[in-house]
Amino acid sequence: MKVSSQTAAVSLHQAERVTDPVAPTNNKEPRLRELLVRGLAGEAAAYQAFLKELSAHLRGFLRKRLARLPDDVEDLVQESLLAVHNQRHTYDAGQPLTAWVHAIARYKLVDFLRRRGSRDAVTGSLDDVDEILAVASYEAIEARRDIGRLLAELPDRHRLPIVHVKLEGLSVVEAARLTGMSESAVKVGVHRGLKALAAKLREGR
Amino acid sequence: MNTEQLIAMLATQPETAPDSARRRFAIAIGLGALGAALLMAIFLGVRHDLAAAVRLPAFWGKVVFAACLAAGSLLVTVRLSRPGVRLAWALGALAVPVAAVWLFAAIALAHAAPGERVELMLGQTWRSCPLLIAMLSAPVFVAVLWAMQGLAPTRLRLAGAAAGLLAGTTGALVYTLHCPELAAPFVGTWYLLGMLIPALAGAVAGPRVLRW
Repeated sequence: MKVSSQTAAVSLHQAERVTDPVAPTNNKEPRLRELLVRGLAGEAAAYQAFLKELSAHLRGFLRKRLARLPDDVEDLVQESLLAVHNQRHTYDAGQPLTAWVHAIARYKLVDFLRRRGSRDAVTGSLDDVDEILAVASYEAIEARRDIGRLLAELPDRHRLPIVHVKLEGLSVVEAARLTGMSESAVKVGVHRGLKALAAKLREGR
Repeated sequence: MNTEQLIAMLATQPETAPDSARRRFAIAIGLGALGAALLMAIFLGVRHDLAAAVRLPAFWGKVVFAACLAAGSLLVTVRLSRPGVRLAWALGALAVPVAAVWLFAAIALAHAAPGERVELMLGQTWRSCPLLIAMLSAPVFVAVLWAMQGLAPTRLRLAGAAAGLLAGTTGALVYTLHCPELAAPFVGTWYLLGMLIPALAGAVAGPRVLRW
């Protein structure tokens, strides 16, 4: 199901009501940073909470800037989340998380607009770093493209490790036994597969 | 797959994060410099009077010039490889060695007799010097772009140029072991030009090869 731009506009309006524009921005940064650092240390629940919070901020940030292309917002939220995950090793715990997240969202937005050939479609400033953790929108609309379908197009060496480990939650050892792949091939397959998925998302536009 | 499902997928059994920037660059520069040294040894050869040359301050001036630029461009390259990191004073670190070598060049030219100035500028090898430095930069060029591909540069043209400059300066550093020239005006011109060739190539290639 695709949400028409009219409904998107309505949900945007509702989202603005959820957002508290006077909320101080700085208390988000330490909390999100703590979740990310714990997530990078292997705590899955903290990492999931981080991505969830982050997705709301990305959505709020991108909705405001893609007011003329509301149907593309959720695709770009997903693409940015995957980028944050794939490039998570480039975050340095001594660095402001706001600046890191903003730079990734800005890069993905500019890249998307360039691919579309509609750089002028952007609404609002691209350089307002602090805004990204100040706005939030918790209402996801449906993405245009289904990541699940793109996943199905990946070659087996990438697809099977992702399906077994990341979707079914099997351990690397179990996934290796099930597929006949070595354990290191399973690990590499997950890593490379998620990168390949990101490339597919980018090319698919 | 909706966004919530995507998040659940990404957070399930988080994989150990890939290599850090530091490790990737250490591998890239180590292998790249080894490649440059091999190229130099096979195709050019170490200058036969190296033992005598290392006693001359001008030789070390040349080495320090290339080494400072290599360190400065490494700093810039590492910063440009990570999102949201400011360059700040890092670009200034590149300007200092260039300004210094030009100052020495100006002094050398001012003290030289008018007839010797052309010789100071061109030396014996000005034709081949920039191209040979560019050739020696090739292994580091490829390796550093590989390192950057595993990271997340957001200003691709600048990042490519910085990677190219890092390759050029490393190539120049290796080239000092072969090069017979010692005059500051020569180094400030032809060495710099040789380093800028891969930097320009990096600026051209960056937006294409560094996308993520």
